[in-house]
Amino acid sequence: MASLLTGQGLLFAILALAALVTGILTVASTNPLRAALFLVGNLFCIAGMYLLLNAYFLATVQVIVYAGAIMVLFLFVIMLLNLGAPDRSRDPIRWQVPVAILAGLVLAGVFGVTIASSVGAPTPPSEIGTSGVAMGTTQGIGKALYSPSLPWLFPFEVTSVLLLVAVIGSVVLARRTTPAGGGK
Amino acid sequence: MHAVPLSWYLILSAFLFVTGAVGVLVKRNPILIFMCVELMLNSVNLSLVAFGRYLGHAGGQMLTIFVMAVAAAEVAVGLGILISIFRSRESIDVDEINLLKG
Repeated sequence: MASLLTGQGLLFAILALAALVTGILTVASTNPLRAALFLVGNLFCIAGMYLLLNAYFLATVQVIVYAGAIMVLFLFVIMLLNLGAPDRSRDPIRWQVPVAILAGLVLAGVFGVTIASSVGAPTPPSEIGTSGVAMGTTQGIGKALYSPSLPWLFPFEVTSVLLLVAVIGSVVLARRTTPAGGGK
Repeated sequence: MHAVPLSWYLILSAFLFVTGAVGVLVKRNPILIFMCVELMLNSVNLSLVAFGRYLGHAGGQMLTIFVMAVAAAEVAVGLGILISIFRSRESIDVDEINLLKG
């Protein structure tokens, strides 16, 4: 593992270990509040890896949107519905957890063998993208997103409609309908 | 180049995905299931960005942006559904929400 001695390799090792530990603790926690906070830590580790991969805009968006908005929404709902109670309430199926972990290990083994046998270790190219602007910066993302020759303009517009639908849908779902006088 | 090999990123992404999948299978509280789904989505985002960087393609990061936007929309609507279910009954144990069961 010669690449572990370089700065990038060491940073990757630290971030990967932290991501794995927080990921496993997220799944292993029975308390939803602790699981949410571990997931926030995991999201920060993945944002650090985006920085290692020169995806600067994505790292910022990950921290702002994922860790800063989505997880805050999770925490709001956990606090609102008072879901701090532990997970296991009624009689669970006894063999469910060991079989699930076994199936997960089998799946991880399949993934590992596939990855190790097929990826030929390509070296990362230089940072300049196709249009002369570095790919991971906001400028590069903007040029790729809005250029008419690339296929990303139409999904961008469709995503804006999707977000509008999601906002309307979540407001409709979560509002209280008054029993008398009609909900409005 | 002294960079980290691509397979390391992919193996980490695979382990995070499997961890999230085991969580989705085992958990009984819908919020915990949701959080494991978010873990899976993040692992896929990581592998997308890693591929985009190592193959020099802009599509990795662009697709990740759209995955993040769709995940945000999905979380908003899903938590809205959760709140409306919780209003009509006190517990949100997924084993008890079986009205459609034949």
